[in-house]
Amino acid sequence: MKTNERKLYLQKRRRTKLLVAITQIFILVAFLGIWEWMANKEMIDSFITSQPSRIWATLTNLGANDLVKHIQVTAYETIVGFLLGTLLGIIIAIILWWSDFLAKVADPYLVVLNSLPKVALGPIIIIWVGAGTQAIIVMAVAISLIVTILENLNGFLKTDENLIKMAKTFKASKLQILTKIILPANISTFINSLKVNIGLSLVGVISGEFLVSKAGLGYLIVYGGQVFKLDLVMTSVIILGVLAGIMYGAVVLLEKVILNSKKFR
Amino acid sequence: MKPILEVKNISKTYQTPKGEIQALQNINFRMKEGEFVSLIGPSGCGKSTLLSIISGLEEKTMGEIYIQEKKVEGISPEIGYMLQKDCLLEWRTIWSNVMLGLELKGIRTKESKAYVESLLHKYHLYEFKDKYPQELSGGMRQRVALIRTLAIKPKILLLDEAFSALDYQTRIMVTEDIYHILRKEHITALIVTHDISEAISMSDRVFVLSKRPATIKDIHKIEFETKERNPLNCRESPKFSQYFNTLWKELGVDENK
Repeated sequence: MKTNERKLYLQKRRRTKLLVAITQIFILVAFLGIWEWMANKEMIDSFITSQPSRIWATLTNLGANDLVKHIQVTAYETIVGFLLGTLLGIIIAIILWWSDFLAKVADPYLVVLNSLPKVALGPIIIIWVGAGTQAIIVMAVAISLIVTILENLNGFLKTDENLIKMAKTFKASKLQILTKIILPANISTFINSLKVNIGLSLVGVISGEFLVSKAGLGYLIVYGGQVFKLDLVMTSVIILGVLAGIMYGAVVLLEKVILNSKKFR
Repeated sequence: MKPILEVKNISKTYQTPKGEIQALQNINFRMKEGEFVSLIGPSGCGKSTLLSIISGLEEKTMGEIYIQEKKVEGISPEIGYMLQKDCLLEWRTIWSNVMLGLELKGIRTKESKAYVESLLHKYHLYEFKDKYPQELSGGMRQRVALIRTLAIKPKILLLDEAFSALDYQTRIMVTEDIYHILRKEHITALIVTHDISEAISMSDRVFVLSKRPATIKDIHKIEFETKERNPLNCRESPKFSQYFNTLWKELGVDENK
């Protein structure tokens, strides 16, 4: 049986949760409402600001704008860039963990590359790998790679030394220490990398699409801007937000599956 | 009787960018089979370094180590090691944790599995074998760590402040527990501790190390009249506080020098 106090506590908790949700929805609805209303009353120029009803019309008229194709292109580039960047980053981090010498040599390069705005490499990448999807994917990889290396190497090096010493007392080889201690101890580091890299890959893909592309949401945004079709630009930005949300959600779901698999409870 | 472990003229000098540090100087001692010896000394004197050298984890600068009169280099299969923490891998079940040593050494045979099973049965952990470390109490975790070490059938066990991470009550309990298990399995134990009462309650002899560079300053034989001596009941003996005072003074003098 629940005590009265417990009931009150649960009630209060539910109420706070509900209130937060209601406020969140209210802000969104009010924002869209005021936007629509001001556009209708011609208090703002909907040619420049667009308006919710026109964005909705663009969204529902998917076929005419080839929106599905553009979404697919951006999603594809992002996922490939994201997987490549994360995987390569982790592999390089493993190599640097393995060789103290290489890690020391690489250190200043990694620091400089990490603070360099990767978008500046855009033109170089285009000339080297050609203007097209491949350039956009390389861009996405370039943006997420260095951060992934640094974060994972840091995680590997911070693994509890006692665990490594314990393994050594059983004559563990370096490969065994890597596979039995370091990698399983760093599952949360990997998940963190995935979360950060979703956002970074999108930045890479969109800035890549700004520079060279014949399709994709980044392309639509640039194109819409140039021909002053602000409805299209706004719609693309909103879809981009939803896409980012879905991808992040997928990683969170993956995290839950792994953490619930008893082993990491 | 032949010594099971003989440490001969061990010296250790560390090279650091700032210069040389001599940690150990001419350490000599012998241990009989089944004997429990504690090493105490001022903090930072090199007790743990000595254990690391005996285990083969660390290189020595000079000297030799013999196990059953055979000279050993590197990590010996006759030696088990217990660290400050239980070092259980949280992502593995108890079973897979106790099998880790055998797995790393590549000797997971039918016999070794049966042996580990028998250890788990004997020490009341079998029913927990599919649980994860987080689900066990501190004392049980320590026992799991001990079985992981016993699984490789060591003759000598090195305990490096093995109980210092536990709270006081658990520590007393675990000391008692581990003491009985080691006696039952006829293990020779070399214990490093900063806790004088733990040293007295566990050991047949206590070695007092000096400040760095550490040498063996004094050896105390610990004997109680109690028939079936164990770490708990020997604490009640009047001799216990005598030993305690002697060792306390000996360490204190060194610290204040």
